[in-house]
Amino acid sequence: MIFEHLPALEVAVPLVAAPVTLLLRRAAAAWAVTVAACVFSFVAALLLAAAVAAQGPISYALGSWPPPWGIEYRVDALSAFVLVLVSGMATAVALFAWRSAAAELPREQLYLFYTMYCLCVAGLLGMTITGDAFNLFVFMEIASLSSYVLIALGRDRRALLASYQYLILGTIGATFYVIGVGMLYLATGTLNIADLAARLPQVADTRPVLAALAFVTVGVSLKLALFPLHLWLPNAYAYAPSAVTAFLAATATKVSVYVLLRFYFTVFGARLVVEELPVEEVLLVLSLVAIATASLVALWQADLKRLFAYSSVAQIGYITLGISMASHAGLTAAVAHLFNHGITKGAIFLLLGGVALRTGRVGFDRVRGLGQAMPLTSLGIVIAGLSLIGIPGTAGFISKWYLVLGAIEAGRWWLAAFIVATSLIAVAYVWRFVEAAYLAPAGAGTPERGEAPRPMLVTAWILVGACIWFGFDTSFSAEGARRAATLMLGGAP
Amino acid sequence: MIALGHYSYWVTVLLMVAGLYIVIARGNLVKKLIGLSIFQTSVYLLYIAPGKLIGGTAPILAEGYRVYSNPLPHVLILTAIVVGVATLALGLAIVVRIREAYGSIEEDEVLKADRAAGKDAADGV
Amino acid sequence: MKSNVILRVIAKMLMPFMLLFALYVQFHGDFGPGGGFQAGVIGAAAIIFYALIFGLPAARRLVPDRVVEAMVGAGVLLYAGVGFAGIALGGNYLDYFVLGHDPVHGQHRGIFWVEAGVAITVSGVMLKIFYMFASRGHGLDE
Repeated sequence: MIFEHLPALEVAVPLVAAPVTLLLRRAAAAWAVTVAACVFSFVAALLLAAAVAAQGPISYALGSWPPPWGIEYRVDALSAFVLVLVSGMATAVALFAWRSAAAELPREQLYLFYTMYCLCVAGLLGMTITGDAFNLFVFMEIASLSSYVLIALGRDRRALLASYQYLILGTIGATFYVIGVGMLYLATGTLNIADLAARLPQVADTRPVLAALAFVTVGVSLKLALFPLHLWLPNAYAYAPSAVTAFLAATATKVSVYVLLRFYFTVFGARLVVEELPVEEVLLVLSLVAIATASLVALWQADLKRLFAYSSVAQIGYITLGISMASHAGLTAAVAHLFNHGITKGAIFLLLGGVALRTGRVGFDRVRGLGQAMPLTSLGIVIAGLSLIGIPGTAGFISKWYLVLGAIEAGRWWLAAFIVATSLIAVAYVWRFVEAAYLAPAGAGTPERGEAPRPMLVTAWILVGACIWFGFDTSFSAEGARRAATLMLGGAP
Repeated sequence: MIALGHYSYWVTVLLMVAGLYIVIARGNLVKKLIGLSIFQTSVYLLYIAPGKLIGGTAPILAEGYRVYSNPLPHVLILTAIVVGVATLALGLAIVVRIREAYGSIEEDEVLKADRAAGKDAADGV
Repeated sequence: MKSNVILRVIAKMLMPFMLLFALYVQFHGDFGPGGGFQAGVIGAAAIIFYALIFGLPAARRLVPDRVVEAMVGAGVLLYAGVGFAGIALGGNYLDYFVLGHDPVHGQHRGIFWVEAGVAITVSGVMLKIFYMFASRGHGLDE
């Protein structure tokens, strides 16, 4: 009986966990409830993914109002894939957060941290699973508002301004999205995503629909930090608590990419977006600039969290590059990189959280000689860095492979060369860490020998292991991405 | 082509642009939030004004009426208003904390304080 | 402000009407403008009015901090509880049709409880926001 209600419970359980943690008031109980809710969501997501792979899309009518009148939760190949990523990362970071948050936040506020964390997870899962455009906005704002709070909890006072800037830009983005949805509603009379897809072709050439496409694109691009709308990301990631950075880096921008894919390929349809409008070209240019400039800026950063934040902007550029190709290989690359980058960045920021626990800040002065002081942590960062670069044998290679394949299929050899060349820049900034950790003698700020607490290290290394595992066994990541790409381009789900 | 019958759309556009201008052009953190609120208000108007159909009555089933105004935009905007209120409250709470931490709510003064602190502090964050 | 006789008397006369109006708006959401959010705000406004006239400590004695935080959580749990009741009685999540002996009454009952949850949470949140902001001003006098 629970199984048929899994789509609703997937969101409802973390959502209920939030007020429960608020009422419990004790940090340990709040943490336990949070972990339980995340584990439930993860198991539910895996079950849903298996069900979708076996029998096709699942539709759940909320309140028993049949779609398109009622709100529908729809799980298909693409949303199931993203659900697994989000709930998996939520569980990993929740396990990690017990020690990390306790070290970085005042004790009285810890239960509130877990309340906001549950709300953020519920919001992200709701964004992924809903089949109603306005319901997506509601969940988007639930996730965004709780992430503004989570970022503002950082120790450094600059976290406050970073959270404020993210609030302003994120709210503008969400409001643009609402304007776009409003125009679509006025043009077609429906808010259900599948129904919009059916009704839009008749009105596709009118100006409101084209304006709606523009508004939705800009709004969602603000959320996914596409260049040049990425200015909030480096500050937000650098000054937030370590667990928050890891969670947001792995999930928040990825779910926004999912929203973009959903709107481009399901609502508006590949025919309008790719063939009739120059969306492809615009995305291509912005992606190339994002990858190049963000990778170069990352080279000059003095703080490791900032460095990897700029690296995130560049990696999001790779994802949108895959979207701009709009071919099967390109979309497979985009969805696969969504997953692979999520686990890679999650691993890196969790390991950096361990370093922050021992050193306080993660500037380059603090990590000199880290190879001797914290050998497992440094090794983990190096391996995850290899996945970031795209070395064969790691998860990052799979998505870069599909990207290059897509570029060659489109006949753009210069693009394939560009992807390889920018990966070399990634080598450069990962090498900066390797040089500081292994080749420099221990400095004044380096911690003494001793790893981060074992629970933190174990969760981080599970993700590092996942980076390597998904480099070899692509049956979930690449196969799921391929199926999602087929779905988006109009084939059978 | 100026259509005076569409004046609700003109007001929407005016509010939208005014709100965005305030967010970009003003350095005071509270003024930015006010601009954001004005921007969100324009969206409420965008949804609700087309919901009233000319000749439509209140959306309660009654004998003799065939055209009803659309109640759905009102429900959507109620949700959007709540989201706007929550965002404003959160933004103001962050501004209060910034005031306590920096002593000022002007963005340029806060950034100057950050830059000055960054020069004094050790290389790092 | 509580030294001013006029304000004190008027406040004491007006508060019950404000609370009653909040209840009216709450229950008439089915038939006219109203519903949980509006009612919650009006109810919180009554308490905030009391706090403005008689001072924040008096309001904190009337509605303590613990009660306010409990309200915030309890309302959301009530709303979610209606959702789970829908599942327990055989329908989908947030299914109102199965909550009564026939679908129309089920809808009435479901909307009633859901709006009650919303009103509790919203008034709790508004009060909490007021308490937080009002209690912080004292350190900033320069």
